[in-house]
Amino acid sequence: MPGPAPDERMRPSGRRNTQGIRIDPEAEATHEPRMAVLSALVKHEPGVLSEVSSLFSRRQFNIESLTVGPTQDGDTARMTIVIEEPEPGVQQAKKQLRKLIPVIDVEELESAAMRRELALIKVAGDKPDDVQAVAEMYGGDAVDASKDAVTVEITGSKQKIDAAIEAFEQFDVLEIVRTGAAALERGSKTMDSTTMESDN
Amino acid sequence: MSERASIPKRDPEEAPERENGIEAVESGSEAIIAALEQAGVEHAFGVQGGAIMPVYDALYDSSIHHITMAHEQGAAHAADAYGLVTGEPGLAMATSGPGATNLITGLADAAMDSDPMIALTGQVATDFVGNDAFQETDTTGITLPVTKANYFADHSDTVGDDVSEAFALAREGRQGPTLVDLPKDITKGETDQWPKPPETPETHDEPSEADESAVEAAAATLSAADRPVILAGGGVVKSEASDELRAFAREYEIPVITTMPGLGTFPETDDLSLGMAGMHGTGAANMAVTNCDVLLGVGTRFDDRLTGGVDTFAPDASVIHVDIDPAEISKNIEADHPLIGDATRVLEQFDEAMDTAPDADQWREQCQTWTEEYPLDYETPDDEPLKPQYVVETFDELADDDAIVTTGVGQHQMWAAQFWTYEYPRTWVSSNGLGTMGYGVPSAIGAKIGAPDTEVVAFDGDGSFLMTIQELSVAVRENLDITYVVLNNEAIGMVRQWQDGFYEGRRMASEYPWVPEFDKLAEAFGARGFRLEEPEDVEETIQAAREYDGPAVIDAIIDPAENVFPMVPSGGDNGLFALNEQHLEMI
Ligand SMILES: Cc1ncc(C[n+]2csc(CCOP(=O)(O)OP(=O)(O)O)c2C)c(N)n1
Repeated sequence: MPGPAPDERMRPSGRRNTQGIRIDPEAEATHEPRMAVLSALVKHEPGVLSEVSSLFSRRQFNIESLTVGPTQDGDTARMTIVIEEPEPGVQQAKKQLRKLIPVIDVEELESAAMRRELALIKVAGDKPDDVQAVAEMYGGDAVDASKDAVTVEITGSKQKIDAAIEAFEQFDVLEIVRTGAAALERGSKTMDSTTMESDN
Repeated sequence: MSERASIPKRDPEEAPERENGIEAVESGSEAIIAALEQAGVEHAFGVQGGAIMPVYDALYDSSIHHITMAHEQGAAHAADAYGLVTGEPGLAMATSGPGATNLITGLADAAMDSDPMIALTGQVATDFVGNDAFQETDTTGITLPVTKANYFADHSDTVGDDVSEAFALAREGRQGPTLVDLPKDITKGETDQWPKPPETPETHDEPSEADESAVEAAAATLSAADRPVILAGGGVVKSEASDELRAFAREYEIPVITTMPGLGTFPETDDLSLGMAGMHGTGAANMAVTNCDVLLGVGTRFDDRLTGGVDTFAPDASVIHVDIDPAEISKNIEADHPLIGDATRVLEQFDEAMDTAPDADQWREQCQTWTEEYPLDYETPDDEPLKPQYVVETFDELADDDAIVTTGVGQHQMWAAQFWTYEYPRTWVSSNGLGTMGYGVPSAIGAKIGAPDTEVVAFDGDGSFLMTIQELSVAVRENLDITYVVLNNEAIGMVRQWQDGFYEGRRMASEYPWVPEFDKLAEAFGARGFRLEEPEDVEETIQAAREYDGPAVIDAIIDPAENVFPMVPSGGDNGLFALNEQHLEMI
């Protein structure tokens, strides 16, 4: 075949990064991963959780937590999904979520949003008073006590719970369970089930 | 060239009178069939079985023509091809368990190519679900990642609505396969509920028109381009935007390249056409996409077989991306101008927003030079042994202009893409995204049923042909006038090509020590068989096969040493395509 060989051909000067973004020599065009809290209003029907979770695993989104529960209206449920992704991944996760048929709306919550999780921490029962004292420092409560073990409930931000768990390590920690985050926007703003937005 | 077909030809005049369809429903199954008829379904491809029997029983009185396939994979591919050729969802039916699992490849294939298709699967009765009952599988679970949406029917009163909604979803917006799983007690159960008309659910909102200011900004970018290129993808086919695309490209004189699913959206005979881009695309298309400064991508998802490595894909270009699916925007290639909407409508908007055509005389000349420098070509030192490209080219010359080509997957698929000249949308029916060997035989059946008056030619490889050869029995039974051409290199050639190029010629499991004689197999199935070995017999054999009124198979014994070029190695730089083995070593 005629025509110049590969090394003799006209070549463009540009380049894109692995995220498909044109690299501007002035500004570095890569996105570092960031934490994003997505809130999804979904139809309260069987299979929704597996549909959402399998979407996240199939598309390799780096998921930190996913919680789900019913809302004030019996037909819908709300999911809070925390992911850690570079910017294009965050956008892609939102768009893919919106495509699912049972998903009514998806929003990314602002970083100021209220974010709470709950932990139950079971520790050895030999120093119940000390355990109660530490629990109170973190606004928690002993919710169960027996001869051998005390279980404490703590609610709060992820950081607060991390700190509480660290503090409890002075006792013999037997078991911990955490829920993952539930989150709501501050102020009067709510998620409207009748609007379908599609930003990019 | 003996003819042993013993199946009597069916005279269409004598076809059994069909009922006019369902008028009132008494069971879940009748509601299902009513929903299908109401949606305009005329054909179904499927295989019977225990759990789906009530639905088939209702089909007995229906106006829908059922084609019994040899394997459910065949039903799925036939339905997919039918959907692509007609634009209306093709229907595949299967029983529970193994019937449903056999559909999976076809569903995944349709999902990757956004082909409209609906699958109905039988399921064990609700009471047995979850108990590992005979022929039970979690069909909705298994098919979740390979369908646009799926449904588990849970009531006889609503099963018809589920089918209507699934049909609508398969067709609307970004098309794709949907599935409804039908427990036997639900289909047998009584109901008098007439299904609602096919409408998508309210949570589902497909954009039609792009944002006006975004279109204006994109149009300004395109008007100012020095080196513009339009990249037309399968979305142009799906949105019937081919006319708008042609008008737009010609009005503003912008060179056009296509993706593989976009073949036929822009006539390859047009001066502005540079052909297909990507791994086995033309030199001109790949040079143009690499060196352009504005790329207008319409209905493409920037698949890696198109882009090669993203770092070198259109690296200088501002990307204008038109797509109906917001999730395609900036998924693989960051879009500078995202235009979300239906391709036809957005092209109209775009046309209104364009002030001037880009000043690109020099660029068009450059593209023309590339077309001349890198023609699609093959070496024919002495015309022996038979060259596959020659077979494809000759067939193209003899065939009707609007003939439909279907393929398997491998080298033959690429030759069929390269050496056939595509002029019309919906004439290229291939497994583009999933790359499913075995797609060829059943997809030709679906295409012929969907377009009975159009010539259908299936190019297949010996390996691909063997994967679904049993569907030939269906083509014979239905007396479908299809010409199958097996480009027989006694190997799974594309794998062998990669082994020679990238695995030091270690041909592990890619050469067949023996392949059947496909002409004789064809005769055994009741089709007409031809064996083709000599270049001088090509024309005559093709004509004889075309003239045969029914399925014909040409077993074309081709040069086993022939490879597919140009080639961009996987993840490579589109501008550094290889034209031969020596180039491959350079890049
Ligand atoms: C179902 C399936 N299995 C395996 C492959 C991997 N594969 C890709 S191309 C190819 C060779 C195809 O051989 P053949 O159909 O004879 O066509 P040829 O390349 O020889 O033209 C194979 C095995 C595939 N694409 N699909």
